Amino acid sequence: MNDAAHMPEVPLLKVKDLVRRYKLPRESLLRAPGEVLALNGVSVRVMAGRSLGVVGESGSGKSTFARLVMALERPTSGSVLLSGRDLNAMPADELRCARRDFQMVFQDPYGSLDPRQTIARIVAEPLTALGKLDRASLRERVAGVLRQVGLRDADIDKYPHEFSGGQRQRIAIARALITQPKLIVADEPVSALDVSVQAQVLNLLQDLQEQFGLSYILISHDLAVVDYLCDEVVVMYLGRIVEQGTPADLFARCAHPYTRALLDAVPRAKAGAVRPRREIFATASQSAASSGCPYAPRCPLADQHCRDVPPRLREIGANHLAACHKAEAVMALPLPAAEAGSALVPDRHGA
Amino acid sequence: MSASSTIPLAPATSIGANSFWRRALRHRSFVLGTVLCLLVLGAALLSLVWTPWSAYDIDVLSKLKPPSASHWLGTDVFGRDIVSLLLVGARATILVGIIAVGIGLSFGVSLGLTAAARRGWTEELIMRMSDFTFAFPAVLSAIMLAAVFGPGMVTSITAIGIFQIPVFVRVVRGSAGAIWAREFVLAARACGKGRFRITVEHVLPNVMSVLIVQATIQFALAILAEAALSYLGLGTQPPTPSWGRMLNEAQSLLFQAPMLAVYPGMAIAIAVLGLNLLGDGLRDLLDPRLSRER
Amino acid sequence: MSKSNDTPLIAVEGLGISLNTSRGRAQAVREVSFALRRGETLGLVGESGCGKSITALALMGLLPDSAIVSGSVRLDGGELVGLTEPDYCRLRGNRISMIFQEPMTALNPMHTIGRQVAEPLRRHKKLSAAEARREAIALLDRVGLPDAAKRVDAYPHQLSGGQRQRVTIAMALACQPDVLIADEPTTALDVTIQRQILDLIADLVEERGMAMILISHDLGVIAENVQRMMVMYGGTVVERGTTAQVFSRMGHPYTQGLFRARPRLGAGKGTRLTTIAGTVPELADLPKGCTFADRCSFVIERCRAALPVAIDVGGDHRVRCIRTDVSMAGAVAEAGA
Repeated sequence: MNDAAHMPEVPLLKVKDLVRRYKLPRESLLRAPGEVLALNGVSVRVMAGRSLGVVGESGSGKSTFARLVMALERPTSGSVLLSGRDLNAMPADELRCARRDFQMVFQDPYGSLDPRQTIARIVAEPLTALGKLDRASLRERVAGVLRQVGLRDADIDKYPHEFSGGQRQRIAIARALITQPKLIVADEPVSALDVSVQAQVLNLLQDLQEQFGLSYILISHDLAVVDYLCDEVVVMYLGRIVEQGTPADLFARCAHPYTRALLDAVPRAKAGAVRPRREIFATASQSAASSGCPYAPRCPLADQHCRDVPPRLREIGANHLAACHKAEAVMALPLPAAEAGSALVPDRHGA
Repeated sequence: MSASSTIPLAPATSIGANSFWRRALRHRSFVLGTVLCLLVLGAALLSLVWTPWSAYDIDVLSKLKPPSASHWLGTDVFGRDIVSLLLVGARATILVGIIAVGIGLSFGVSLGLTAAARRGWTEELIMRMSDFTFAFPAVLSAIMLAAVFGPGMVTSITAIGIFQIPVFVRVVRGSAGAIWAREFVLAARACGKGRFRITVEHVLPNVMSVLIVQATIQFALAILAEAALSYLGLGTQPPTPSWGRMLNEAQSLLFQAPMLAVYPGMAIAIAVLGLNLLGDGLRDLLDPRLSRER
Repeated sequence: MSKSNDTPLIAVEGLGISLNTSRGRAQAVREVSFALRRGETLGLVGESGCGKSITALALMGLLPDSAIVSGSVRLDGGELVGLTEPDYCRLRGNRISMIFQEPMTALNPMHTIGRQVAEPLRRHKKLSAAEARREAIALLDRVGLPDAAKRVDAYPHQLSGGQRQRVTIAMALACQPDVLIADEPTTALDVTIQRQILDLIADLVEERGMAMILISHDLGVIAENVQRMMVMYGGTVVERGTTAQVFSRMGHPYTQGLFRARPRLGAGKGTRLTTIAGTVPELADLPKGCTFADRCSFVIERCRAALPVAIDVGGDHRVRCIRTDVSMAGAVAEAGA
């Protein structure tokens, strides 16, 4: 569904130079408390109907990014524009109304639903937050959206604990859909699920996107998951974007050593998978102020120039950006071992 | 310790009202506690319509009689029927308990929820104020209040009630704080709900179980406090019967009629025991099940 | 300690575990058997509720009191089932050790890591405090904790997730156990750290000649880290064999389904993931006969009659399915990336 010809001029979401600092708790009365630089200048653009994947590990700032996009926190500097409107410059009432256009799905299917409320109330929450609707129409809309995510009408008065993890995640998706948003931010939506359930939920997300023309911002540590749903992927490291491009670009022609490390580290499910040894790299800390490239301490290609001068995100291919002085060298390296078919699995009869 | 939390047991089926009562009726503490509490409540209610004798009639000729067919537990130093005194005394006990805990709940819960919702200076202020109240000796303040407003049931209820407040503030603020960190609250914020709505719709229902358990414990403590105050002469005033004052009156007659101290003492013990068992039972039935319900 | 290399170090025979669930007694594990010699590694793979963690806990003697264990577990010839608690305590951390999934909850936040690593040494090897501390520093260094001599007095919250897991590995290996059980040791860690930790475990297992049981839900982790594997579903082992054998020719419909449902790098947007119909049933609802019967596309009446016997499909590769003729027919190489 690539209607590039119809791409609207105003991006659905435009994030510019987003920075977020957190103050650490005071450790001594005399010294000033330390700071954590969770996001250090992130800019992205998401067009309507397209999806963005955000990949990173702990400390990369991806969860902070999600919270800032959802206007759950104020950025230290930078702006978040939804359909051209600055979310942080709006008065509170207007922001509340604007929320109907962007909703969130959380990681933990067990924690993101209030155990004391019925599914009807939980799923209707985004609507009740916006204003009063009578009970009958609320129930109708809830039933409708539950059907869309593959749950039955009869489930509407049950409690969360009566459902499995995968079903709860569907309920969370239903809650995100009920206001007919344009953008859904999904923070690790399938990480807590079993593989077979994960597949069902990913297929559901795909279907919903096709059906409603939704945009996703999908945050994950799992590159393969992002690959299934996203048109564009950004890789984050210590609060910065280190590479940006289509999934094909990233997987076939990755241009940053960190992306390469992520791809190498994914375990391959195939016979005779030999494990090459890796050197143990020290992990960098977020609060360390460093000149030069933040990945340099862990990078096998880093040299003195890398340690002195921070690389800027630059274009190295069509719509493919990387923040690395050695991007061309990385692109020239041989591909990480693919998970190509050595498993002989016969064709399925039917489903 | 126990490895049961890591075992993916089959999720329990409906935890609706039915299964709660089924489990409740099998729980020994809960059942025993409920029975004892109902006994005390029953006594109080019964006394509204009938007592064997009037608890106020003084009949000096029949004083200090041993148990008999007409006076089931005997009479006290003024000739009043012990059973009637116990029944009517139950009223004071329960009334003080309900109102004092009521005061503690309404103020304590609101302050605790506010502290958890607002954090920052408001939280600091509320917590320090409740620390201060906690630190103040309860009996001392009861005496001061009695000195200013005169002794009586109202004074003792007020004094006991004020001291219930910090307990609820602490308990609620702690539990509410944990709820605020949960993801479903973040989801509600992402919908645009404000702090007040989130507190009422999400936080309060989730701290209910902790509250109920704490309330039963506080009720027991209130009863003990009332008995203590009445014993000191600061609580319920004569001629209104009160278990605590019965203890006081029995004190001087301990060698002549020791049972006069035993009866009210046992009544207090039964009430407190019943509430503690009920609280224990409710804690087992409400909290761990729900947190393990996955 | 040095027995002949032929007797298995740990031998499990017909292990069965029944648990008390909220719906009455249910059989959580049925007929699990395997044997490991020194230096051998076994992977247990399956989704939640399949019984892999319970099996591990049974080997450690850490099941709840209400669990009933049948069958036999022999460690170096000695029977573990029915052992009293004090006897079992002598073995845990000493002859058989376990690493858990969540390093933060596996470590006591109130004790320094040095003290926690020294604890099994002091208890089982009766070392003095000073000796144990020296040994602890050496262990922390061996597991790759930078600046071990200085960090030995650090508290768990001062370390990162990967570092904490290294500490739990040091604790598990302190007394040179014969058997190491790793229950999803890297699931809670970042993928780049995951690699390092699994490599570390593999090195240590090889170095010390231990037998290792690695539990994971991730087929990739299993493929890369163990020599032999068992796939579990509904408390039974549905497929077993060497990793190479199983990944070359998957026999059981569940294994095939699990493999197909995995999102794969490079497949691109718009590809559908093949799912396994239905959901994992609760323990009390397991079907009679084959546990996978309700979700299998090859199911026939005979499947529900009795638990299928494991069929040998080549070498030591066994599949617990009576329809292997269909499920393994027309083997087509699965197009990957």
